[in-house]
Amino acid sequence: MNAFTPPLALALVDIGRVISLVLIAGGLLWLLIRAIKLKEVERRVIFLFIFISVAAPILFPTVFKEKATPIVKAVFDKIESLPPGSKVLLSYDFDPAMAPEVQPMADAFSRHCLVKGHKIVYMCLFATGQGQFTRTMENVIRPEFPEKIDGVDYVNIGYKAGNEGVLNVIISDFKKMFPTDVNGVPYDSVEVFKGIRSCKDLDLIISIGGGRPGIKEWVLFVGDPGDVPIATGVAAVVAPQLYPYYPKQLLGLLGGIKGAAEYESELVIHYPRFKDSPTPALLMMGPQTLAHIVIMAFIIIGNVLFIQGRRKEGKQ
Amino acid sequence: MKRSTLILMGLVVIVFALSWIFKAISFHGVEEHYVLQGFLVTLAAFLTLSIMSFLYRDNPFYKFAEHLFVGISAAFWMSMGFWSTIVGNLIPRLSEGLSNFFKVHYIPGDYNIFFYIPVILGILLLMRLSRNYGWISRWSLAFIVGTTAGLNFIRYLRSDFINQVSATYVPLLVDWQGIGHFFSNLSLSASGQFIMMLANWVIFLGVMCGIIYFFFSKEHTGMFGRASRVGIWILMITFGASFGYTVMGRISLLVGRITFLFRDWMGLNI
Amino acid sequence: MKRGVPLIITFVVGTVLIFSVFIPPMENLGENFTLFFDIIAVFAFFLGGGNLLRVHLTKLSRRKRDWEYSIVTIVGFFFMLACGLFKIGNPGDISASLTAEGSWFQTIYESMFVPLGSTMYALLAFFVASASYRAFRAKNREATILLLAAFIILLGRTPLGTFVTSWIPDSFSIMQIPNLAIWIMNSPNLAGQRAIMIGIGLGVVSMSLRLILGIERTYLGGDDKL
Repeated sequence: MNAFTPPLALALVDIGRVISLVLIAGGLLWLLIRAIKLKEVERRVIFLFIFISVAAPILFPTVFKEKATPIVKAVFDKIESLPPGSKVLLSYDFDPAMAPEVQPMADAFSRHCLVKGHKIVYMCLFATGQGQFTRTMENVIRPEFPEKIDGVDYVNIGYKAGNEGVLNVIISDFKKMFPTDVNGVPYDSVEVFKGIRSCKDLDLIISIGGGRPGIKEWVLFVGDPGDVPIATGVAAVVAPQLYPYYPKQLLGLLGGIKGAAEYESELVIHYPRFKDSPTPALLMMGPQTLAHIVIMAFIIIGNVLFIQGRRKEGKQ
Repeated sequence: MKRSTLILMGLVVIVFALSWIFKAISFHGVEEHYVLQGFLVTLAAFLTLSIMSFLYRDNPFYKFAEHLFVGISAAFWMSMGFWSTIVGNLIPRLSEGLSNFFKVHYIPGDYNIFFYIPVILGILLLMRLSRNYGWISRWSLAFIVGTTAGLNFIRYLRSDFINQVSATYVPLLVDWQGIGHFFSNLSLSASGQFIMMLANWVIFLGVMCGIIYFFFSKEHTGMFGRASRVGIWILMITFGASFGYTVMGRISLLVGRITFLFRDWMGLNI
Repeated sequence: MKRGVPLIITFVVGTVLIFSVFIPPMENLGENFTLFFDIIAVFAFFLGGGNLLRVHLTKLSRRKRDWEYSIVTIVGFFFMLACGLFKIGNPGDISASLTAEGSWFQTIYESMFVPLGSTMYALLAFFVASASYRAFRAKNREATILLLAAFIILLGRTPLGTFVTSWIPDSFSIMQIPNLAIWIMNSPNLAGQRAIMIGIGLGVVSMSLRLILGIERTYLGGDDKL
């Protein structure tokens, strides 16, 4: 949907939105009435409602405006404040299961760092991170930054097995763990690595992920021992557990798809050249909102059923 | 096999064959290998729907997809581990010949005979597959356990204990300019003095009460018991917040898959 | 040999890694031990693959229940392994990236691994909804607090929360749902998570010490087992 979408299509989308909202609201009301009559909801009905609440906003998209919260803005401002040519490490610590939430973050960070002229070191603590980086390469770096050169503006050093063992080595010696990049180019021949002997020489580290190993290991093994600024973009499941590290050990945090949407929004505001770039996180907020409402409604229906059941027992 | 099962399987084959044809046609002129691309997108959609069919009930399509995933995952991790670490980190430290074969950068000064130790320990670990000699894999496990324990001891003590305790000592009076100033500016504004002070009080007392709750060596009675109860309430808020975020996370994953089905497979222009 | 040597190995390795933090000349040894650990971790991947083959080949040979699907596992395993180990279809020579665009390995990753892995986790959205309906009951004060916090976060993390309470004036802006959600995350959630983190941190420290000193030996298993 954009300014060139025909009016008929826009009207159909509006009609579709209204119909789907009416269907969902009507269905939930019907289930509530059934709950008052002490009738349980079959689990496949719940599955169907969840599917419709997610599918309908995808088919009939609504894009909401997002404003960056302080914890997200902190990451944005840090990348903004670094002078061009700063050395930033992006660690792709996620697998395809987390990708819908965190791939938009990874792409947004790449866009931001590349447009600022920072030198990016890409690595991964998850084997699957390398495959996910290939997506950033295909969707962001090649099409939007064709002038950027591998080895000069960014480098991909790939994956190494060992989880926190990898971090324990690169905190003091990068080359010992990564003697070459993924294409076999020796460490000393890569221009990005000039002046980088260890993680302590980096200006910022951003871990993107949510599993283990992930941001916790980065804070424990690199951030605190090496006093290196660390930020993160994580899956929503993990985000609440990282708040104790903020702001002293973790300068900022993007939590889940909301965090990604806020960052994408901030990027478009500051860099209008990205207004036509894909913003998958912003698009996902529509289905997210409706699904949240449906789940809350089911919790209320469940509690109504519980209270009615108690009342009936009390009468008996 | 029942007739209904055969009919269902036949229908599935027809649907996905048609999908392959239509996707190949849509990729024609856009992609170089349009037939292959059409097949790959159809395959991805088939596997996605096979897993989703579990929501109705367990069925052969789900079992097929599940077993395929298990096999591919194991091989994926093996391949990645081999090329990244064995070829990338071990071989350049042991053998010039092998380094030349795999075309990895070999520096004579990097040769280190001690790197035969992980090779030996690794082979001992593989002995776990043997019924008679599996006990020797304990030596490798001991190395792994020792490394993890040694690494975690200092890091958890510093980052998850000392730094956390230090971060709990927050100012309980924020931007204090006297009682008069405090009451004259009293409001429930999110960035106001009162709310910021309240936040710090909640953090300080919440951490104390939460830790008191986890102290099971003393009976939770009297003041201790009341503090423990406050700790439970704080933990309930914590778990409620975690639940909210978990729901958000799971829904996002579903949105991602359904977007793939509608946009990449069905070609609906979203 | 069966128990004594592993205990000595654990003690030596653990002690070296702890001392390497405080004694700079030992740092290199500590790093080398970590590199050994990383290499042994890869052998653990091979062990996993070997065990998988053993289980499924046994199932196949004994014609156990669902043995036909073991063929799928074994075929998928060997096919992916061949594509990965031999870098079939990779542009460039043997030194090129394993996950280069156009390689069979990356193609299988994109068209099979990604949809399978993602969809497995996407199913959780349905189960979370079903479980919430069935189990989330405001039975007592604590459960009600949990429920209320969850509702505020669920609303606060969506644009609906902003829309519903945008009318509240600035002097009461903490009552706006998004601000309330932020406050909950930054204060009570932080406090609770920190209390849990401190408890776990102390637990990890004590367990690490027990393992290094050989007090905790459960990882060695029983003498009659592996």
